[in-house]
Amino acid sequence: MKLVPVVIALALAATAVIAAEQRTALKDGPGRDKVEASCASCHSLDYIVMNSTFMNRQVWDAEVTKMIKAFGAPISETDGKEIAEYLARNYGQP
Amino acid sequence: MPSRRDFLKTTGGLVLATGGTWLTNHARGADAVLGPAELPEGTFAASLLEALPGKIALIKKSWRPPNYETPVSYFNDAFTRNDAFFVRYHLSNIPEVAAVGWRLKVGGEAVEKPFELGYENLKLDYEQVEIAAVNQCSGNRRGMFVPHVPGVEWGPGAMGNAKWRGVRLKDVLTKAGLKKDALEIVFDGADSGVFPGTPDFVKSIPVWKAMDENTLIAWQMNGDALPHWNGYPARIVVPGWTGTYWMKHLTSISAVSKPFDGFWVKSAYRIPRGKFPLVDRFISQETDANTPITEMVVNSLMTNVANGQQVPAGRTFEVKGVAWDGGYGIARVEVSQDGGQSWRMATLGQDYGRFSFRQWTYAVTPSARGTLSVMARASNRAGATQTFELIANPAGYHHNVVQRIALTVV
Repeated sequence: MKLVPVVIALALAATAVIAAEQRTALKDGPGRDKVEASCASCHSLDYIVMNSTFMNRQVWDAEVTKMIKAFGAPISETDGKEIAEYLARNYGQP
Repeated sequence: MPSRRDFLKTTGGLVLATGGTWLTNHARGADAVLGPAELPEGTFAASLLEALPGKIALIKKSWRPPNYETPVSYFNDAFTRNDAFFVRYHLSNIPEVAAVGWRLKVGGEAVEKPFELGYENLKLDYEQVEIAAVNQCSGNRRGMFVPHVPGVEWGPGAMGNAKWRGVRLKDVLTKAGLKKDALEIVFDGADSGVFPGTPDFVKSIPVWKAMDENTLIAWQMNGDALPHWNGYPARIVVPGWTGTYWMKHLTSISAVSKPFDGFWVKSAYRIPRGKFPLVDRFISQETDANTPITEMVVNSLMTNVANGQQVPAGRTFEVKGVAWDGGYGIARVEVSQDGGQSWRMATLGQDYGRFSFRQWTYAVTPSARGTLSVMARASNRAGATQTFELIANPAGYHHNVVQRIALTVV
């Protein structure tokens, strides 16, 4: 959780013109720290909230896999599973 | 005030009964501007009105990369003001490119004489042309897909119409000398991902489309320099085709003799083959299953009315909107006041060219108090018309389902 502002600051340092990004407070729960640390290095966390709550576990799994396989996110398989689990539980289809 | 959930409960049946026609939001007060009621619940939670530097307040969908949607009221004008024009990026590293020192590389294996040009060369060395054209995100209205699909959950405002001024891409390619085996023209821009493994946003178009006299390298928009967020100092303009090909912050143009195999062409921005009534093909990139998205489907939007808006009985008022398509030109816009049983012609406004928004108006005189439903559908000169049933596709492209607005006659 404390990692987030640091990660964002690093990402934005390379960007000359920035939007006034606000912190997205994700729901509390196991895996949240990993989600914040992993996902926020490439994109703001509002992407998660925007894409809720219509994806089931399978679709969230596919999204996380896409981030790793297609977009080169340096996330381990174990962390990927934990992230998808958190997203499905907190931002998935009710 | 009723919550959005209450609203969905009371009108959900109507949405289904009308076969996927869409309703803009009502009873949501100031929130209505954030988008139609069918957007995912979380999308409203993530949205707010916010101004990027140099822009007025737009609907923020995501901060990083920045994705900002134009509120519907701005489409009451035929041309979308630069500071209200939507913003769409895929990757988060977006340098602020200066015109001084900017170099555009023109090359690739399929040109005879690679060369570079600067901002002044663009302005001075080539014939200047201006064209009115709609720039629409492939995923405009993705948020209104039923069922929802992942992605940026756009309402109807991931589009805009502008007068683009610049040079013909054809003239620049001719100077470089295209070889006979040139197959596709590849564009790269200055933006990039955070990690080295993230595929850079690079796009290609077939050589025939690149050589079309309407395809431009634009350095002006509505008479001014391009806003940073819309591709300063220069961007590609592909009239008729969706925004994905309109490369911003252009840095290189390469002619290649083999199909370009980058992620954003080979894997992304694809539609199933045979489902849409389209003419333009991108044959070198087609597979048995799918094809890159090409031209926009015919579409329209009512711009001065909203669901739940009160109108007085017996008094005539004008419904106003815009229509557009992939460059065949709008043939007609029809309006129905009886749920789609009968249709009457709307009056088309000034014709700014076949790639532009075409404004239209329709006079309505409500007689009885109660709900008055207004639907609008556009048809183009290629014989295509808007659909009543959503054409499902995994990435949520080409939403052109006929719009329905429910007014309250008082």
